[in-house]
Amino acid sequence: MTKLPSWIDILLIPLINLIIALFLSALVVLYIGENPLNALSIMIKGAIGSSYGWGYTLYYATNFIFTGLAVSVAFHARMFNIGGEGQATLGGLGVALVCLMFPWPHWSIALPVAIIGGALFGAAWAAIPAYLQAKRGSHIVITTIMFNFMASALLVYLLVNVLKVPGSMAPETGRFVEGARLPTGHDMLGWVGIKFSKSPPVNISFLIAVLSSFAVWFLIWKTKLGYEIRAFGHSESAAKYAGISPVKIIMIAMLISGALSGLMGINSVMGESERLVLDSVQGAGFIGIAVALMGRSHPLGVFLAAILFGILYQGGAELAMWTKIPRELIVVIQALVILLTGALDNMIRIPIERLYFKMVRANA
Amino acid sequence: MAAPAIKLTNISKNFGPVQANKNISLSVNVGTIHGIVGENGAGKSTLMSILYGFYKANSGEIFVNGNKTIIPDSQAAISAGIGMVFQHFKLVENFSVLENVILGAEDGPLLKQSLAKARVQLGKLSKEYELDVDPDAIIENMSVGLQQRVEILKALYRNANILILDEPTGVLTPSEANHLFRILKNLRDQGKTIILITHKLREIMAATDTVSVMRSGEMTATLKTAKTSPEELAELMVGRKVLLNISKKEPKLGDVALEVKNLRVTDEKGVLRVKGITFDVKEGEILGIAGVAGNGQSELLEALGGFRKSQGSVSVYGHSLNLENPSGQEIRDLSIAHVPEDRQRLGLIMEFSAWENIGFGYQHEPEYSNPWGLMNNKKMRKDADDKMSKFDVRPIDSKLKARNFSGGNQQKLVLAREIERNPDILLIGQPTRGVDIGAIEFIHNEIIKLRDEGKAIVLVSVELDEILSLTDRVSVMFDGNLIGNRLTSDTNAMELGLLMGGEGE
Repeated sequence: MTKLPSWIDILLIPLINLIIALFLSALVVLYIGENPLNALSIMIKGAIGSSYGWGYTLYYATNFIFTGLAVSVAFHARMFNIGGEGQATLGGLGVALVCLMFPWPHWSIALPVAIIGGALFGAAWAAIPAYLQAKRGSHIVITTIMFNFMASALLVYLLVNVLKVPGSMAPETGRFVEGARLPTGHDMLGWVGIKFSKSPPVNISFLIAVLSSFAVWFLIWKTKLGYEIRAFGHSESAAKYAGISPVKIIMIAMLISGALSGLMGINSVMGESERLVLDSVQGAGFIGIAVALMGRSHPLGVFLAAILFGILYQGGAELAMWTKIPRELIVVIQALVILLTGALDNMIRIPIERLYFKMVRANA
Repeated sequence: MAAPAIKLTNISKNFGPVQANKNISLSVNVGTIHGIVGENGAGKSTLMSILYGFYKANSGEIFVNGNKTIIPDSQAAISAGIGMVFQHFKLVENFSVLENVILGAEDGPLLKQSLAKARVQLGKLSKEYELDVDPDAIIENMSVGLQQRVEILKALYRNANILILDEPTGVLTPSEANHLFRILKNLRDQGKTIILITHKLREIMAATDTVSVMRSGEMTATLKTAKTSPEELAELMVGRKVLLNISKKEPKLGDVALEVKNLRVTDEKGVLRVKGITFDVKEGEILGIAGVAGNGQSELLEALGGFRKSQGSVSVYGHSLNLENPSGQEIRDLSIAHVPEDRQRLGLIMEFSAWENIGFGYQHEPEYSNPWGLMNNKKMRKDADDKMSKFDVRPIDSKLKARNFSGGNQQKLVLAREIERNPDILLIGQPTRGVDIGAIEFIHNEIIKLRDEGKAIVLVSVELDEILSLTDRVSVMFDGNLIGNRLTSDTNAMELGLLMGGEGE
């Protein structure tokens, strides 16, 4: 049996999964007593019907691209990194420290340093579970979950005891200097003369996320390291036969994964809140898992899935505002997508495969 | 004349576009041993799976003892009196013989009665068919030959009159295999009918009364064994004349290339599998390591290939290998190529396309990646096309995943990759396992060619014929030790067979 064309693999099948997820969610909406079609139209209009909506959608999507890529890179080495939440928390801390440490004259100088800070902190947080997995066989799923809790506790400690502005009641750092303020969608599109809503937080980090997607694609499919990561992910024994060091691959893949999660900090901390607050990640680390699953760990798939989840997030907020449907409905949709693309993937995939090969044979 | 024990008429079966069985008709008389030979993928196993109820035929009918029978599952096969002994035994390792025999055939919820009943029954069967087995022995403590007897007893306990054996000698020593054939003849003489599936022509000639040959899903001939020859069978299997014996020149020996001293290998469970062996291999010779599977050959090969830790010393042209921290990279840097026994687990990444597999292990070579770490995928694709056409890998589509090639073609992919590197030393395990007769000829010639170019070759194989026809020197691995170092021209199958069973020396 030959393989499905990639457009079926990374577009059609996720789309069908999404439609089923939306259909099941529609039943929930019906049960709540609202009209599902009405709800859908509010969501879509709210998410992509205006530049305001787009601004939020892309802001969320930026977070999800980073965490989705992080999960994908680890997946390619068959490491299930579910520590994106903690790594992004630490990444945010790294970004905040960079922004606070120096009176930056201009964002174009601050941003590269912040990128390094976020990536380093995120990678460092992934390094310990990676080392334990590589050297001692401690399961990465268990250790990364534990590191999520530790990251959150560490942040609380730092914000309450170390980084808090003296005299302030809020557990947050001071506002970053003006020179560390990233250009928003409004600013950037203004440069080329396009009008864009001023309020949404989408910023230049979105472009960094797009670049990161390219970089990950290049890494995985065009470099020797990517070749070795994929080989290791498919078969550890064969990788060992070929002289590929398991320790090296686990460490590098997890460090890259942690760094990508950490990069999320430039969007949420530097781009949006402009200070470090307690919950800057807001579950994006976990949504990265859904995004990676849905995108089949392919950067293009991850990009599209992240936009979709951005739409769901922003649309869900609108839904909560205009109807009695709670915002948690998007959690339901998200869970259904994970269930369908992760656990029940073959339910859709196998019939589609059969159908496709039947059609191919009929045409042959 | 009595109705045939098994009669199949026009059985067809397809898996998607693949026609595994085409209009097969077969008739096996009661009280005979009937052999079925064919290359891998010829459809033997599919046919037997239909008979045993694992697959449903798309068309055709099955008659058992003259009665039309529908066999939807293995329960139905058992009640029709058909028993199957699989290539890989289906025994519970930590159960006793008795417990294994009644498994799935218990009467009632309480075990004690069934066990007592089975004990009596088993005693009777053992005596009747001379199948001596201790009913209280635990399976994992028994030899493979004995375990196979338990499988046969299991079938007989379920009143099987027709016994199907799928490649039964794969794991047996030659003397164990001969013993098995004696048992089968005994069963036949008591009126049982036996179907023996094998790809070894020698066994067909030794054990069967009649033989059917299958080729690409079709039954090409059914013959009386006494009236045919291995050459004729091979030709029927492949569809063209096959040279069963290859000719090779006298070896021209050079310097010692590989020197192994007191090598010890401990496996994952902490068991010492290779118990201090010493040998060397010279340029221009093929050293064969024979032995029944599981005597440490795999571990030896994996240690030499840098896959497994070991102790002792291994030197390659005077350079000592790091045995404490072995690495496949070090091996390749020393121009040693390793064709592993298990191509699917070690030799290939099954999810990679053929072209990605062609560079596997050699991704550091300057032709495949530059110093910045960028892969030269174009070069790898081109190499794949060249090597695949040279080794006649079919289908010749380098974009296809390794998974989608047949076992024989997967093996050719690995061989193409390793042999085409033109290594100084070639380590090769089971080069023709699962490979069609037609391709075996080609693979053997490639190995001989490398030897004639003055390369040192270590060949591990469980096929005695292969060892005898290919190697210049042979040692037998038994229980982790290397016994009997002989020139291949000075020994024979009988002597090696005894050594494989641990006798002699």
